[in-house]
Amino acid sequence: MNRTTYHYLAIAVLALLGVAAPYLFPAYLSQFSKLWLFIVLALTWDLTGGQMGYNSFGNVVFFGVGMYAAAAVQVALYYPLAAYTAAKGGGTEFIFNTSQFLTGLAAGLPAAGVLAALTAVALGLIILGMRGHYFAIATLGLAIAAGELASGWDLIGAGSGMVTPTPPDSLDTTTLFYYLSFALAALTFVFLAWLYSTRYGLAINAIRDDEDKAEAMGHHTIRNKVIAWTIAAFFLGMAGGIFGNLSKFIDPIDVAFNGAEIGVWMILMAILGGKGTLWGPVIGASVFYVMKELFWTYLLGWQRVALGLLIILIVVFFPQGIVGWLKERWPSRFGPTAAEMEAADAKGEA
Amino acid sequence: MDNLNLLIAAPILNVQLLLDGLMIGAIFALAAFGMALVWGVMNIINVAQGEFVILGGYMTLLLVKYGLPPLLGIPFAAITLFVLGWLLYRLIIWRIVDADMFISLLATFGVSIMMQQLMNEIFGSDVRTAESGLGMSYLFNNMVTVSQIKVLAFILAFVIGLALWLFLKRSRLGQAIRATSQNPRAARILGIDTGRVYAATYAINAALCGAAGALVVMAWSIHPYAGLPYTVRSFMIVIMAGLGNLGGVIAAGLGLGAAEQFAGFLLGAEYQLAFVFLLLVAVLVWRQINLARKRQYLK
Repeated sequence: MNRTTYHYLAIAVLALLGVAAPYLFPAYLSQFSKLWLFIVLALTWDLTGGQMGYNSFGNVVFFGVGMYAAAAVQVALYYPLAAYTAAKGGGTEFIFNTSQFLTGLAAGLPAAGVLAALTAVALGLIILGMRGHYFAIATLGLAIAAGELASGWDLIGAGSGMVTPTPPDSLDTTTLFYYLSFALAALTFVFLAWLYSTRYGLAINAIRDDEDKAEAMGHHTIRNKVIAWTIAAFFLGMAGGIFGNLSKFIDPIDVAFNGAEIGVWMILMAILGGKGTLWGPVIGASVFYVMKELFWTYLLGWQRVALGLLIILIVVFFPQGIVGWLKERWPSRFGPTAAEMEAADAKGEA
Repeated sequence: MDNLNLLIAAPILNVQLLLDGLMIGAIFALAAFGMALVWGVMNIINVAQGEFVILGGYMTLLLVKYGLPPLLGIPFAAITLFVLGWLLYRLIIWRIVDADMFISLLATFGVSIMMQQLMNEIFGSDVRTAESGLGMSYLFNNMVTVSQIKVLAFILAFVIGLALWLFLKRSRLGQAIRATSQNPRAARILGIDTGRVYAATYAINAALCGAAGALVVMAWSIHPYAGLPYTVRSFMIVIMAGLGNLGGVIAAGLGLGAAEQFAGFLLGAEYQLAFVFLLLVAVLVWRQINLARKRQYLK
């Protein structure tokens, strides 16, 4: 068995598990939905953080933008948004029937992705010229500012948040959102796997390895950086849209723009699994999600202490991540194959 | 923008806001001294800065609980935080001194969220404040009020800044700190125990934050999760002033304090924090544009 076989075997097992989960673990379905979404978060963070070397604390902005955008579109298609948020989404007059709910979702999720991507273009053109930790801190500032701004904006419910449309009882939304999350995770994974195999993948790796040199060799570094961030934002926005519907309530600071929790988790998941690898974020997200659920269940009140400790332990003692460690330990089984190295060389010279 | 008209109609309000802002800015500058020191010497951006400030405040409240005057809290908080800083260095920070800066950002972030919830569990989640025992001063026919604790904070920021400068220039340890920041390897060859220098630097930073926190709890209020804005403010001040420029730190701190007071008044208090964080982004963008013209980069 060589590495390619492992690769396809792992994909097949995951796909089978993904499709069959509603029949195998019906009780844990919403947890599994969140797990798939967390995998999306880790994968998209790794696109800029791991593959391009731009560590962002602020990707949660796109997550939050998508969450609000999806909910707003879902509502605005059938009711005036301002009246809906003013009634705190409660009210008996805002009822969505099955077709209204589904069409809202079908329009809302792509809209969430597009709006998040547009946000990324606008922000990226401004701040992606910064390097290293200046970029990291700027994104941290953006994430918190976004939360503060959202909690002051009345149209989307301001500080009291926004309730997502209540689905009709006849609809099995748990399964629906499960398959949506799974589809999104699969789509993200396949797209990124393809992206990393193209010349564009090499270009962003070049930016990570030596940006000045890449620029001197004629790469449009800013353009490539903005494109990468935009792709990440598109998938993140859709993940946000699903996540908002899953949690049924959008709080500006505790759910949507939660830089101190979700924003950091995505970084941690990518690092735990292995930065700059395709499988790292998937493995990292799965391991982290289980740990997080355990912390939140058994260490309530101390969960952030445990999490802080975990962050320190991971970044100080285990910065290469699970996949990185596997590659060091068994390079013959997990490292790049000779054929791939040659292909990469050939592409690099082309 | 009703408040803008108010400012034009009653010019004395400007004076009030300006004075308040400058004095609060002095407290920001105090925490920023520490950040500049750690950044310059150890190449670490300490995200736990704000939590040190808040912990300094709780140390003061601890004194008050035992009936001691809160003003004693300033040296007490500085000393306890000095010890804590030293311990943290010996436990965690020494491992990340030579690491990539992103590692140190994340690791100190981990320290910061640990401290947040520990403080929440130990001291409770209420918003707390301490009565300094100092009164108010009234200026301009009682039109402007200034609480004396803020005046004290203002003076202390200058005194501590001067003391820090003298310490770095004159004392043996201060010289060792500067030598280590210039070239750690050469400093080690010349017999400087750089580990001890780093520990002292980090501990001094924590002590400065502790003193700032004692002033914050008397002039303002604290709660366990209020730390991050102080980290961001320190960071902003250090960027505006540049590393190794203590005078600049004071100037930038005062400017930031004043800008924040005016913004809070004009935009409403609910947008004051958003203003701080957006200002951070604006400052970074402005620096970047300036540097790009010279074909340099922020790194």
